[in-house]
Amino acid sequence: MQYLLTLYSDESGWERMTPEQQKQGVAAYQGYSEALKSAGVYVGSNRLRPSSTATTLRATEGKTQVLDGPFVDSKEKLGGYYLIDVPDLDAALSWAGRCPGVQHGTVEVRAIWSM
Amino acid sequence: MHQQPHEILDGVVRSSRAKLVAFLAAGSGDLAAAEDALSEAFATALVAWPKDGCPANPEAWLLTVARRKLIDAVRRQREIASSEELEELATSMTADPEHGFPDQRLALLFACAHPAIDPVARAPLMLQAVLGLDAAQIANAFLVSPAAMAQRLVRAKIKIRDTRIPFRVPDRDELPERLDTVLNAIYACYAEGWSEAAGADPVRMELAAEAIFMGRLLAELIPDEPEAWGLLALMLFAEARRPARRNAAGEFVPLMQQNCTQWDGQMIAEAEAALRRASGAGVIGRFQLEAAIQSAHTDGLLRGRVEWSAILRLYDALVQLTRSPVAEINRAMVLAEVDGPQAGLYALDWVRTDKRVNEYQPYWAVRANLLARAGKSDEARHAYGIAIGLEREPAVRSYLQQLCEKLRD
Repeated sequence: MQYLLTLYSDESGWERMTPEQQKQGVAAYQGYSEALKSAGVYVGSNRLRPSSTATTLRATEGKTQVLDGPFVDSKEKLGGYYLIDVPDLDAALSWAGRCPGVQHGTVEVRAIWSM
Repeated sequence: MHQQPHEILDGVVRSSRAKLVAFLAAGSGDLAAAEDALSEAFATALVAWPKDGCPANPEAWLLTVARRKLIDAVRRQREIASSEELEELATSMTADPEHGFPDQRLALLFACAHPAIDPVARAPLMLQAVLGLDAAQIANAFLVSPAAMAQRLVRAKIKIRDTRIPFRVPDRDELPERLDTVLNAIYACYAEGWSEAAGADPVRMELAAEAIFMGRLLAELIPDEPEAWGLLALMLFAEARRPARRNAAGEFVPLMQQNCTQWDGQMIAEAEAALRRASGAGVIGRFQLEAAIQSAHTDGLLRGRVEWSAILRLYDALVQLTRSPVAEINRAMVLAEVDGPQAGLYALDWVRTDKRVNEYQPYWAVRANLLARAGKSDEARHAYGIAIGLEREPAVRSYLQQLCEKLRD
């Protein structure tokens, strides 16, 4: 079954990091991606641009409105995702637990509705 | 004596229900579908057995029918289920029913108490899956509306199915943590059953018995885990004293004033045996310590001499292990027996740094008791007032009122 791991964190944390720390941060995610790939469970992943660049759409009275900014205005913002394919929720949780995102934010695990 | 078909069915339901549900759920990953299929099989048996006679192996008959119903249901429900998927489902539940089938009850308990399940749904889920109680009965026991409980159960079962929560016993390295959630859920069932006045509500008294049943089952399935025996011992010690918790007039009787001859000696013996079995493993844990405290109280009261300093040492260990404010409150009460009420009050002041105790009746009752013994009647009266306001059980409330009225100015 496929599971989507969505990564939420406080974006200002990244801005406060020194270039050296940022390099280490990127390396941690690269290492994690490599581990997923070598285990044969990796399907896809992406890092998102900051939420200040987000645009939100919703229909009001039949008219689609385009709004500047993210959908949920919370301190922790959606920053990226991993899509993995593993046998069950325990396996998904075990991989999610190794994600560097857990150390500096929140990781949400969702099962994919297979069509 | 010749048994009627429905009597045989009742017997199989009682003895094999959990095993059948566990096997079907583990095979399909769908607890709700497994329960439904089994109910249909029971209904089919009620019609078929009186007509055709009872099968030689009723359990195997039920499993065969339930398995067929389950596969049919999955086929209907997932219109697009591939033939491979259905075949996989059929093979996953292939067992030769005539020669028994694997016992997946432990896997079922771990799935029900999975960390991904809402904590308040875990104990109800176990009661339903293992014992077959319906949502209304469970709702009654947990003091929530039947609709809310039904929704809670449905939501948990959908999560098990759709996110594929596995039916398996965790590996050695994650077992301690995962076992904790199972033990806590069983203890939550027991606590719900214990809180009600003796005899006042049969459903809730039954709940305590069902929790003990699950505790026994767990200990038998994982006999090497000392905490499973510790939990069983703890529940049995408490249950053994149930008849003495109320006097003939239905009034609350505190532990120290109970008539020991009303305790269930056989149950106490079983509790002691479970506790010995736990301590044989040489690994201490929360439930073993709590059971050891109960054992010390029971033994002391039976012999007419309570060893308070030994009990205090057990509480010291419990507080250190759990950092639980509840344990600290009880420890303060025991400390007062050893070093006097003022020492107990100092300990309570420390507990109060945890704001949650402000709404916890035992904190105020213990505080009132210690204040009264320290000669501070006015403060004691105030504390009793809050304890009375927080108590929901009428018998305990009127006991606290009596204590308050007896205070000297």
